[in-house]
Amino acid sequence: MNLKLMLSASLLMAAFTAFSQSETKEKKPRVKPTRSQSTSASDRVNQRDRPHPLKPARFISEWMTPSSELKFNNLPYAYNALEPVIDSKTVEIHYDKHHRGYYNNFMAAVKGTELEKMPISRIFANISSHSSAVRNNAGGFFNHVLYWQNLSPDGGGEPSGELGKAINSTFGDFKTFSEKFSEAGKSRFGSGWAWLAIDLNTGELFITSTANQDNPLMNTAERRGIPILALDVWEHAYYLNYQNKRADYITAFWKKVNWPDVEAKYNGYKDMREEMKK
Amino acid sequence: MKFEFAELPYAYDALEPHIDKQTMEIHHTKHHKAYFEKFTAALNDSEYADKSIEEIFANISKAPAVIRNNGGGYYNHNLFWHCMSPNGGGNPTGRLAEAINQKFGSLDEFKTKFNEAASNRFGSGWAWLCVKSDKSLSICSSANQDNPLMDVADCMGTPVMGLDVWEHAYYLKYQNRRPDYIGAFWNVVDWKSIGERYERLISQ
Repeated sequence: MNLKLMLSASLLMAAFTAFSQSETKEKKPRVKPTRSQSTSASDRVNQRDRPHPLKPARFISEWMTPSSELKFNNLPYAYNALEPVIDSKTVEIHYDKHHRGYYNNFMAAVKGTELEKMPISRIFANISSHSSAVRNNAGGFFNHVLYWQNLSPDGGGEPSGELGKAINSTFGDFKTFSEKFSEAGKSRFGSGWAWLAIDLNTGELFITSTANQDNPLMNTAERRGIPILALDVWEHAYYLNYQNKRADYITAFWKKVNWPDVEAKYNGYKDMREEMKK
Repeated sequence: MKFEFAELPYAYDALEPHIDKQTMEIHHTKHHKAYFEKFTAALNDSEYADKSIEEIFANISKAPAVIRNNGGGYYNHNLFWHCMSPNGGGNPTGRLAEAINQKFGSLDEFKTKFNEAASNRFGSGWAWLCVKSDKSLSICSSANQDNPLMDVADCMGTPVMGLDVWEHAYYLKYQNRRPDYIGAFWNVVDWKSIGERYERLISQ
């Protein structure tokens, strides 16, 4: 693999940073991030999510991770840390049952196959040629990692920096953006996700939604992109507290969005589009 | 065509402990009712206003999503409520029992196959027992609020039994344990009503 591809995958795998604390056994190249913005945004995340800092070095070790070596790591906060927006019982079952189930099933699905050594981004880029067990569980594992990272007990407010500017220039202003994103979450019929993603072709931010555990990295997506903000609208994400009132869950969601994390993802991924198409 | 939103044929707590009162109440008065209201609102002044629901489903691939999703949601739940009863459970009788044994070998084998269809439906959807055009029985599942009467369905037929496996059907009581909910369904399944639908269909 060439260095550029390795670096791009490393940035993508930052999504796993907070969950992947295991020491990497293989020898990894030590490459410093090339983008100062990425570093500073990551530092801001450091301050907010102390138990699982987004160290740039992690970007490097994690992107090399073959799928079979991915770990199911701790939540970056307590189960009750997102109360009252998301109740403790929901977070516990969601993380410990649903998310863990996807992880275990994903590991089982790749075991003994060529996918064991493949980074998950490459699996997504060719998802149409894999089984539904791989598609559903790779998606379920990855999407929830993003979701948990995108939330914080200290969340809320609005994005700043490059991401704030990009949101304003793409959507007009933050209010318009948040309304469109909320609408994508509300109008996804059945189970699925709403996303803010970086278009793989143009680099523009866009809002989309996908069914079930699909995501915009999959080559089956209507519009392909690198997701930086994830909203789970499966009923299991909110039913215990909100029941049929998905709109109320979405309204509350904004109070816990971890914008420094979303910014770090934006800064880290925005110039990596070509590599992510492969 | 005029559609109505009917009361449940039993009290909200009548299926306890297998399906809890709160789930039944929200399921009927919120989810089902919302499908009904959105469906009838979408029908108003549309080209579908004078059609039967079977006619609409038979050409659903050409209909807007609001008709497909809400028409399906309205119809499917109407059937679902009449697949359960406080006096349910046990075994089917008569011609339905004969047909199940003939097609699946035994009631247990039938249940195993139906359980698989319901468990394996990823995301939101339904599991069905259908009567196909050749009058034979068939098990299948569909996504979201689709059903086997729709021309988009993988398996076509007329459903005589439907099991809702959207998370809203069981999450308050069973959370991630969908198989437990499916198991509990057999304690309230209304074989009498399902058998009557079956006999009507094969007599046509």
